Amino acid sequence: MWTWFHKLGSPPHAYRILGKMAPWFGWPALVLILVATWWGLWKAPTDYQQGDAYRILYIHAPSAWMSMFAYVMMAVAAAIGLIWRIKIAHAASAAGAPIGASFTFLALATGSIWGKPMWGTWWVWDARLTSELLLLFLYLGYMALRASFDDPQRADRASAVLAIVGVINVPIIHYSVQWWTTLHQPASVTKMDRPSIALVMLIPLFLMMAGFQLYYGWAMCRRLRGEILRRERNAGWLKEAN
Amino acid sequence: MTRTPILEAARLVFRRDLTLAWRRWDEVTQPLIFYVVVTTMFPLATTPELSQLRLISGGVVWVAALLSSLLALEALFRADVEDGTTEQWVLSGQPLGYLLLAKVAAHWMLTGLPLVLMSPIVGTALGLPFEAWGTLVVSLLAGTGTLSVLGGIGAALTVGVRRGSVLLSLLVLPLAMPLLIFGARAVTMAIDGDSPAGPLQLLAAIFFLALSLGPLAMSAAIRISVEN
Amino acid sequence: MDLQKFFAMGGYAGFVWSAYGLTALVLVWNTWAAYRSETEARTSAQRRTELSRETRT
Repeated sequence: MWTWFHKLGSPPHAYRILGKMAPWFGWPALVLILVATWWGLWKAPTDYQQGDAYRILYIHAPSAWMSMFAYVMMAVAAAIGLIWRIKIAHAASAAGAPIGASFTFLALATGSIWGKPMWGTWWVWDARLTSELLLLFLYLGYMALRASFDDPQRADRASAVLAIVGVINVPIIHYSVQWWTTLHQPASVTKMDRPSIALVMLIPLFLMMAGFQLYYGWAMCRRLRGEILRRERNAGWLKEAN
Repeated sequence: MTRTPILEAARLVFRRDLTLAWRRWDEVTQPLIFYVVVTTMFPLATTPELSQLRLISGGVVWVAALLSSLLALEALFRADVEDGTTEQWVLSGQPLGYLLLAKVAAHWMLTGLPLVLMSPIVGTALGLPFEAWGTLVVSLLAGTGTLSVLGGIGAALTVGVRRGSVLLSLLVLPLAMPLLIFGARAVTMAIDGDSPAGPLQLLAAIFFLALSLGPLAMSAAIRISVEN
Repeated sequence: MDLQKFFAMGGYAGFVWSAYGLTALVLVWNTWAAYRSETEARTSAQRRTELSRETRT
């Protein structure tokens, strides 16, 4: 088991394995997302309170979850790269950022769209949306810092420090934003919480979460391969592989 | 070769920075002036009614203080990195975090502390009542201190970047949002007559967290920026 | 459920369909971008390999 991990640190080996793994992520992801969409839009019944608008939940909640998951993964990879000086970990961190930022954007956009029929406004400063917005800033800052360095090694390591500082901040941000929103509506439950929900309405949520998660895996495989190629430009194994 | 004890080395760094700033003290006053100017913008942009300004005074004083602090932070490490002093620190074998913390402390004394002392005046101009002065000062002490540490990390990361001041703000401001939430809220609660103990304690907790972990991040960032 | 009611989404058609449409767009764009990032890197790596072979001989 340990040798498998160890081999993964070697770029040519990782490149090959990622190429083989990608379809195992990709096709199940596609199937799950399509099934979840069908179930969520067609099979699940209309909600008594929110009508058909609640169906946006099926993409909003998984996007929000993935945005957080991707950030934590990015920070963990960055930490591994920084502490053990494993290049491929830095590559994984870089590869994950645009995917995570996309999910964050999606969470914000779908949350905003959902807000209009529910609260009558396109934007609401509720806990989850505000946290997502701050998370988007963290992603953008990370990508901006990376882009500002010419030296790829320095870019890797500086952005790694930023990612680690950011991930420590994420729980603090969450808690503070939560606290901030309860100040003005002490006992209210935000409308995006679902007190009790029928199983037939929950299943598409789980399917979509799983689909998004596998999609992330697929996108990571592809992007990480690209990152490896870019970083290993002058390495010998590339010449043999091509 | 005897090594200077770290506290002595830190004190040397601290005094050096203060002396250097004393010679260029217009750089010290600029953030202060910016603070007053920005705060003036709010009544001009909204209303001259003190009763209405009072409602947002806690937030405005805090936002303006954060922005003014950030202004001065970009140049925190630049001079020392450019002339090689930082490299000497890294090579000296002293715990780098303490030296950097000493530098941040000196910087805070020159920028953060004046802002804190100025804040009651600025707040009163926005209708902040005298009873809230204590909370204002205490919250800003912890807030500007934490921001100096966070800004130190950001400045260390962006030290080589051209026109890095905007990037620095983009990196540091999202991290400073919790500070803003708790600090501004504490002041507003004091204005309303409630006890601000809750947010003040949370603010203090964040400050101590920054103080303990910040030097670690700063020294990692400086090493990355300095080594070739 | 008949098709018309399905598309109407109980009056929330604009919101639901734009949300799902946006999601589809983002996922498709990400897919394309992920592929492109890999193939671009591969072609540039191949080009460099050919260049280095040419300069050697």
